[in-house]
Amino acid sequence: MNQQPILEVKNLKQHFKINRKFTVKAVDGISFQIMPGQTYGLVGESGSGKSTTGRSIIRLYNPTDGEVIFNGKDISGKMTKDELKLLRTKMQMIFQDPMACLNPRKKVIDIIAEGIDIHHEFKTQEERNQKVYDILELVGLSKEHATRYPHQFSGGQRQRIGIARTLIMNPDLIIADEAISALDVSIQAQVVNLMKKIQKETNTAFLFIAHDLSMVKYISDHIGVLHLGHLVETGTTEEIFNNPIHPYTKSLLSAIPSPNPKVEKTRVSLSYDYATSGIDYELGSQHHISGSHYVLATEKELEEWKNTE
Amino acid sequence: MDNFEFLEDDFAFVGENHESKKEIAPPVTPFFKDFMRRLGKNKGACIGGILIVIIILIAIIAPMVSSYDYAEMNTAIQSTSPNAQHLFGTDRYGRDLFTRVWQGTRISLFVAASAVIIDIIFGMTYGLISGYFGGKVDTVMQRVQEIINSIPSLVILTLLLVIMKASLFTIIIALMLTGWIGMSRITRAQVLKVKEEEYVLASKTLGAGHFFIIFKNILPNIFGQLIIMSMFSIPNAIFYEAFLAFLGLGIPTPQASLGSLINDGFKSILITPYMVIIPVIVLAILMLSFNLFADGLRDAFDPTMKEM
Repeated sequence: MNQQPILEVKNLKQHFKINRKFTVKAVDGISFQIMPGQTYGLVGESGSGKSTTGRSIIRLYNPTDGEVIFNGKDISGKMTKDELKLLRTKMQMIFQDPMACLNPRKKVIDIIAEGIDIHHEFKTQEERNQKVYDILELVGLSKEHATRYPHQFSGGQRQRIGIARTLIMNPDLIIADEAISALDVSIQAQVVNLMKKIQKETNTAFLFIAHDLSMVKYISDHIGVLHLGHLVETGTTEEIFNNPIHPYTKSLLSAIPSPNPKVEKTRVSLSYDYATSGIDYELGSQHHISGSHYVLATEKELEEWKNTE
Repeated sequence: MDNFEFLEDDFAFVGENHESKKEIAPPVTPFFKDFMRRLGKNKGACIGGILIVIIILIAIIAPMVSSYDYAEMNTAIQSTSPNAQHLFGTDRYGRDLFTRVWQGTRISLFVAASAVIIDIIFGMTYGLISGYFGGKVDTVMQRVQEIINSIPSLVILTLLLVIMKASLFTIIIALMLTGWIGMSRITRAQVLKVKEEEYVLASKTLGAGHFFIIFKNILPNIFGQLIIMSMFSIPNAIFYEAFLAFLGLGIPTPQASLGSLINDGFKSILITPYMVIIPVIVLAILMLSFNLFADGLRDAFDPTMKEM
């Protein structure tokens, strides 16, 4: 693992000022890194700051504090023209709602070609169209779909169009912001498998934001558990699933339903309430467990959690 | 159920073998065709549209082919009732009312057209800038707009008449000063709604500039509403002009607009009612047609009606 990470997030903070007295700390000092060609799954409950993290990284928001290093360049502050172009071409985003993320007044061909249109990455009109057709083929749609409007597609097809739009730029990193949450389960599998296939073929890294742990387990190499803007636990998928330390992670894992009714019958889901647990995320620091496994805790809490195993 | 035996691989992970097959695209009708079909189904809109075309054609052709000039006086035939020579009769100075009514319609339509152009050029641009950039720009622009809106347009026109002569140009300037506000409000509201949509965010993450986002993503999505709004502003402008003429602030004689004809005829409504009834009917048909047509357009454009 002496490879350079494609994305390194260091102590990222994203605060939103509501008024003079009140500031929402949506993301409060999280750090992680993604290796090229790997998938990092970011999980957590609603409002834990997952989407905000993704949007801060791709600079839809201006981060309050911290560093985001993409391809060896800092993209969290003021960017030069080249850095901005690198960010806008090599980092792409798949959005949550397939119904809302495609312009209803544009044809599919123009939606997918938007990126190369903006950055003028084609010489002739034929070349542009051919690029779109190739990408459509890659995501399992056909050339005939290119002249249609988004409302003529189903949810799964639209999400694939959204993926095609990101792929045309040959990105090094794709941020999938709950890209499958709005789809039904059979279509989720379709889309996730498509992402895996693309990853294999193009060696793209993914930041996979989701709240469905079973899906995250399937697609991710690394997992980060986010709660109230803090990264409470991070590690490889095996480390997190086999040896969860933080009570919040444990509670999340215990909530995964099992397809086997006999197992499901005896499953006990643990509850976790931050307010009554006596844990203060502000006090904790990242503790190394093993490999790349880190937990946010104080010394005392860590001992306690380890002993309850 | 309790005794049901599960096999080892009953809950095995399907994994990547779960591939979807290629989709075949069924044929569909393009948006514009669909739009025309829906418009065609709406009887009111059809009748409105046809009447607008007929009135426009007559307004253009009638004064050209008529053997009388709209300003030509002939005191020998004062206030004659409609007859074969003078289809709509003559007024107090013996001017042919048929020519004058259609000449007046021309002026009214001209005012309407300029109202739409002002709406689109000025109101839309103002609303787009205010809504899209938001923040301080928005606050300042909205306050300025409120100040302008708080001055009654009649006062503005009266003040204008102090320094300018009463003419078509003055009326259009008066329209320009106040008429765009409704349009800019609608545009701003629509932009505020659309600019938070995910496809605009997606465009941003692809590195699109402001111009690209405004012209390729926002405008096409609000243009339907804007066209409808401007269609609705046509009858308003016609009515506003007629209202000014009726108050005596409109077009100077011998020029005529529908409003000034109604105003003149109104003075002798009991003796020669045809002088007021005919221009009123033309005005009513014109306004009704524009309203019906705009209504039909809105229904045909409305994306919630079908498959959206």
